[in-house]
Amino acid sequence: MKEDPQLFDYWPYENRPKIEWPNGAKVAFWVAPNIEFYEIDPPLNPHRKPWPRSNPYVAGYSIRDYGNRVGHMRQMRLLDKYNIRGSISLSAALCEHHPEIIEMCLERNWEFFSHGIYNTRYTYGLSEDQEREMILDAFSTIEKHTGKPPAGYLAPALSHSPHTLDLFAEAGGIYTCDLFHDDQPTPVNVRDGSKFVSVPYSLEMNDTIAYVVNKIEPRYYGKIMRENFDRLYKEGADSGTVMCIPTHNYQISCPHRIRAFEETLEYITGHSDVWVTTGKEIADYYIENYYDSSREDIHRKSGDAL
Amino acid sequence: MSLDKNILEYPKRKYGMDHDRYDWSMLTDRPKVIWPENKKLALWVNVCVQFFPINQKGKPFIPSGGLTMPYPDLRHYSLREYGNRVGIYRFLKSFDEYSIKPTFALNTRVAERYPYLIDLLKERGDEILCHGLHMDALHYGGQDIDEEREQVNRSLDKLRELSGQDVIGWISPDRSESENTPELLVENDVKYFCDWVNDDMPYQFKTKNGELVAMPLSQELEDSFILLNNKHTEDSYVEQICDACDFLIDEAEEQGGRILSLNIHPWMLGQPHRIGKLEKVLEYVSSKSEVWSASASEILNEYSRSADS
Repeated sequence: MKEDPQLFDYWPYENRPKIEWPNGAKVAFWVAPNIEFYEIDPPLNPHRKPWPRSNPYVAGYSIRDYGNRVGHMRQMRLLDKYNIRGSISLSAALCEHHPEIIEMCLERNWEFFSHGIYNTRYTYGLSEDQEREMILDAFSTIEKHTGKPPAGYLAPALSHSPHTLDLFAEAGGIYTCDLFHDDQPTPVNVRDGSKFVSVPYSLEMNDTIAYVVNKIEPRYYGKIMRENFDRLYKEGADSGTVMCIPTHNYQISCPHRIRAFEETLEYITGHSDVWVTTGKEIADYYIENYYDSSREDIHRKSGDAL
Repeated sequence: MSLDKNILEYPKRKYGMDHDRYDWSMLTDRPKVIWPENKKLALWVNVCVQFFPINQKGKPFIPSGGLTMPYPDLRHYSLREYGNRVGIYRFLKSFDEYSIKPTFALNTRVAERYPYLIDLLKERGDEILCHGLHMDALHYGGQDIDEEREQVNRSLDKLRELSGQDVIGWISPDRSESENTPELLVENDVKYFCDWVNDDMPYQFKTKNGELVAMPLSQELEDSFILLNNKHTEDSYVEQICDACDFLIDEAEEQGGRILSLNIHPWMLGQPHRIGKLEKVLEYVSSKSEVWSASASEILNEYSRSADS
C-alpha cells in the first residue's frame, strides 16, 4: 500500500485556466438520485457487514424499500417541476427488480450511471478478476435495460479497491464520482491512459451524509445547500464550478424533508447563469474542451514534488 | 485475495422483492383511499408505554432508549419510569385538550405492574396494542422459535386479559423481529403490526399462517428518533411534524387519503420542557380541517373499507 492512491496530482485551485460552461454559465449543476437496492439477506462479505443486527434487519431494509415504493415518485415529480434530468446512481439489479422505475426515468431521458449490482455487495476483498466481473455485469445490465452503457461510476456503497477506477476506465467508463478532492472536474490517472475524469459529486451535500451521519435538521440542510451554491456561483464567474446534490429517495423524499429540497431546487434554478445538466454531459464537455489544457497546467505546476 | 464465488451470485435477482413477504407496489399505483367525511389526512398518535427492567440483559442488543450504564443504572431506569408516572398523565391532558384520539402501545409488563394506569386506559376506551413483553424481551434474527412463541403468546394473552380488549395490533420492542415473528403474530390472532417502515399506507404482508397488515408507523417522525437519535432541537421537531403534515395533506388532495403517524414516548415528550412542543404539534395538526384523528384500527378499518369499495 502506498501513501497516496496516485489517482490525481496536486493542482492548486487558484490560477487555473478558466472553465467556461455552455452559454456562459458559472456553475454546472446536477442532481444525482441514488436509486438503490439493498438485499435483505446478502452473502456475508468478511470486510463489511451489510446490516448492524442479525437478519432480518427490518428498520434498515424497510426504510430503503420506502425509497423505491414511496420516495421515488416524489423526487421525480420535483425534478420534473424544475426541469432537471436526474443522473441516476443505479444499483444495476434494480433494472430487474423494479423495471417500472427504469422505464419512467428513460422516458425523461435521465442518465444512468453505475453504482454496482446491489448496495449490499461491496468491492472489499474481491480479486481483480472478481471486481472486473462485477463492473462488467453492471455495465451490460444497464446497457441492456436502458440502451446505453453507463459512463460514470460510484462504487457500490463507496467501497473500493486500488484498481476500481482502472477497471472502470478499461470497461469504457469516462468519469467517476468517487473522489471528493475538488470543486471542478479534474483528470484522473488510470492505467490504460484514457481520458478519464472526476466529476464533483459532493459528500457534504449528500442527503444521507447530511441526515444520517451529520444528523442535520431538514431546513438547515436546505440552508447549507443554498450557501454551498451561493459560493460556487460567485466563484464560478472566475473559475467555472460544479455543484452536485446527491440524493436518496428514502431520505430527501420523506414528508418532513421534501420541502427543504424543493426550496433549494427552486432557489438554484432561479439563477440565470446555471447549466442544469447531468454527470455525463459535464464529463463529455470537460474532456472535449479542457482535459488536455488541464493536464498541461497540472504538469507545469507539479514542480519538483518528491 | 478473492472471496467465495457466492459473493457474485444473485439467486434473488428478479422482478419484485428479494423475499416473499409482500408484493412490490409503488404507492402511486394504488387506488385512492377515501377517509370518512372525505378527510385527507388520518392522524395516528401512537403512544409507546414502555418498561425497561433494571436487570437488563441487553441480548442480543440494547434497544433504543435502553440502559447504558453499569448495573444498577438508576439514572436511565428512573428517567424511563418518569414517563409512566408523570409524562403519560401530561399526554392524556394534552390529547383531551386538542380532541385527539390516541392509541396506546403497551409493554405487557406495564399493564401488569401498573393496574391504576391500565384501568384508566380501559375506562377511557382508547385502543391498546401490544408492544411485546418489555423492552429487554427482544425478538431477533436467529432466536429460538419456542422461546419467541412463548414471548409472543404470554405478552398477548396477559395484555388481552388485563385490558379487556381483543388487542389486534403489535409493535415489537425496538421494532426488532426474527424471521418467524410475523408467523407467530398471526398464530396469536394479531391482525396488524407496525414494525416495517417501507410505506406511507397499509399493505398486505404474507406469512405462512395467513396475512397480516403492515401499518405505516413512521420511525423518521418518531420523537425519540428526532430528539434522541438525531439530537435535533424540540423546535425542529415541531417544524418537521408540521412540514410533514402540510406535505401529506397536499399529496392527499391529489393522490387520496394519507396517514400522519406520530410515534411518541411519555419519557421523551412528557418532560416539562417538551410537553408544550407536543401541544404545539397537536394544536397545529388538529386545527386543519382536512385532518381526521383516529385510532390505528379505525384507520385500518376505513382503509380496508375504502380498498374494498
